[in-house]
Amino acid sequence: MRWRRSPPRAILPLLVAAVLSFALPASAHKSSDSYLTLVVTGTHIDGRWDIALRDLANAIDLDADGNGAITWAELRAREGDVTSYAMSHLGLAADGVQCPLTPHRLRVASHSDGTYAALDFDAACLASPHALGVAYWLFFDIDPQHRGIVRIDDGAGTRTAIFSPRDRQQTFERSALRPMHQLGEAIRLGVEHIFAGIDHLCFLVALLLPSVLVRRGRTGWSPVSRLRPALVDVLKIVTAFTLAHSITLTLSVLEVLHLPSRLVESGIAASVVVVAVNNVFPVLAEDRWAAAFALGLLHGFGFSATLMDLGLPRQNLALTLFGFNVGVEIGQMCVVAAFVPLAYLARRTWLYQRVCLVGGSLAIAGVAGLWLVERAFGVKL
Amino acid sequence: MGFLNRTQAIFAATAALVLVGALVFRPSARANDPRLPSDGAEVLERLPPRDRAEQARGEARKALAARPDDLQTAVWLARLDIEASRKRADPRYLGQAQAALAPWWDSPSPPEQVLVLRATIRQSLHDFDGALADLDRVIVQAPTDAQAWITRSVVLSVRGRYVEAKASCEPVQRLAPSIVFTICDASVDALTGHASAAFDRIQQSLQAVTTLEMREWALSTLAEIAGRLGRNDDSALLFRQALALDADDAYARAAYADLLLDEGRPKEAAPLLAGRTDNDNLLLRLVLAESALGDSSLDAHAELLAARYDGSRLRGDTVHRREEARFVLGVKHDARAALRLARANWDVQREPWDLRVFLAAAVAAKDAAAATPALTFLDDSHLEDPRIHALAQSLRAMR
Repeated sequence: MRWRRSPPRAILPLLVAAVLSFALPASAHKSSDSYLTLVVTGTHIDGRWDIALRDLANAIDLDADGNGAITWAELRAREGDVTSYAMSHLGLAADGVQCPLTPHRLRVASHSDGTYAALDFDAACLASPHALGVAYWLFFDIDPQHRGIVRIDDGAGTRTAIFSPRDRQQTFERSALRPMHQLGEAIRLGVEHIFAGIDHLCFLVALLLPSVLVRRGRTGWSPVSRLRPALVDVLKIVTAFTLAHSITLTLSVLEVLHLPSRLVESGIAASVVVVAVNNVFPVLAEDRWAAAFALGLLHGFGFSATLMDLGLPRQNLALTLFGFNVGVEIGQMCVVAAFVPLAYLARRTWLYQRVCLVGGSLAIAGVAGLWLVERAFGVKL
Repeated sequence: MGFLNRTQAIFAATAALVLVGALVFRPSARANDPRLPSDGAEVLERLPPRDRAEQARGEARKALAARPDDLQTAVWLARLDIEASRKRADPRYLGQAQAALAPWWDSPSPPEQVLVLRATIRQSLHDFDGALADLDRVIVQAPTDAQAWITRSVVLSVRGRYVEAKASCEPVQRLAPSIVFTICDASVDALTGHASAAFDRIQQSLQAVTTLEMREWALSTLAEIAGRLGRNDDSALLFRQALALDADDAYARAAYADLLLDEGRPKEAAPLLAGRTDNDNLLLRLVLAESALGDSSLDAHAELLAARYDGSRLRGDTVHRREEARFVLGVKHDARAALRLARANWDVQREPWDLRVFLAAAVAAKDAAAATPALTFLDDSHLEDPRIHALAQSLRAMR
């Protein structure tokens, strides 16, 4: 919006022949947009097109009774006109050959700036397109500021393009991602996520710190005598964690479950605090795998947020999920492989028992406590 | 306890809680999911009321459809569209104005009338350079076009080029009634260290103003200058007078809400804004007020506003950066992101609020160096505004 306001129209008479006000309008609304999503599967393209009713009303009279309100009945009565108007302002082509469009049904969708007509259609191409041509010219004749926001998902990746009067035709090369490539990509993401997400690392380290020791009394520790039980302990913990976060990750990516991100992020921070503090002031018995499982459920929601943010392709979802989980597991195993041998060797030392275990746990608890406050109250410390 | 020990029981309970919580918060439907209304009478959208202005637009549109190449008809319709856009704070009408002018829009030398309209549309879409280029051509081709001189002054002033802005008012003295000149000239003075004198000049000329709209405009301009002088009570009174004359003036309403928010009176600001959430700028103030009050509608309104900003960004618009910076700073508490937005905005527009948001973001991000261009600008312009100077003070103390 323009901040300084311009003089009103009433100044007009003062400005002899210049008639117009200095009218410097403030735009406190969004300009006109439509949202078109195209999902390409082989020779078939599924389309959904959301077009603002306010814009459609400029081209087609949707307010039959002229009372200033568009009802569902009024829209439905013009369904044929609406779909044919839309379909005659869009062209799809596979490698230069037109793909005929067939509208299916008209529904409505709410957007932040009003109600839109949501039009489902599909296009049948002769060949699976290597280059998908999109020609878009909806409303450009009646509103050159209109933009077409087009999202194309070809199963391997998602791209967004903006169509304007100067940019009516665009061609999209098919994504280079093949299934094996996609799997590799998902694994890489999973590994990266473990090392990029300091909170998951802290959680893991806090869980692993006591694994080369056994509790003696309320506050004391004694070193394990053999490596094997320590390894079994670690394996149980990591597996329980993986199993748990795989479950919630999958369910939330499939949109079966959903937790508000603030709750998830705060919960993850809280889980780190709990595990770290427990190393020093034990309130939980030694079944840390149970803790890993319960809290892993929470971390799964956090992983899914990451995966969603990356604009997950909807096809081969199982493959992506599987790959991401494998990647997370590989990342964790790397941490284990680096940590356990060192910890095992150092387990008898005062340095390990006091500084690493107690000091390290307290440090992790402190940092995670700060995250918790930041995330729960939305403040920056 | 059977096969579960105490710890296992605690964790099993936690796990159950997480799952139950997730089920409770399960998304009913995502915002943009399509639906099939069950009731034919359900109202999906309300169109702008068919008032006299709307009827005039309809007539002009019909006339232009009959003769799309007729310049005078096109100019007539474009003016009505721009007027509607100003009144409803809705840029959709600007695109329609542009469509009316289509036969001349891309021509290498459009007629002078089209240039002035194109400049108005361009500046509304924050293409200030394009607007200035158009206006510079008009004042050469038609140096007696008072309209072009004034619009040019306003755009230059938005860009912070005050010397040129003031110079652009100069010819108006000969071309239009004196009150028009006073407004043009005093508006620049009010930004360059002479706010008090500018206030007095406009107040004196107010007595000669007889039309309602003109009076309302002068009152809200005075209200803003009073705020800049730290005379908050005067400012509030003037805003109330302005709004009494025109309750639909979203600009004055937003500015009055800002004043109340500054004074820590969100309880009074919120009712001014309630029910006007279709206007992004009023919605922003409502969200800020609700945030200060801890109101239960905050989350829903903040989400709506964020979706609007996202929508603008998706289409490549940058016109909301100043408001978005305020939102990100005041509601999301992300000082770095707010600073990025405010800095990018500063490259384009330099009105007092642009400056203020930039400085406030820099203070919150504890990054005095980032605000150097804004501080230099403040020194050079001699802008008076205690709220802005307080921010500048804390930044200087940081260095």
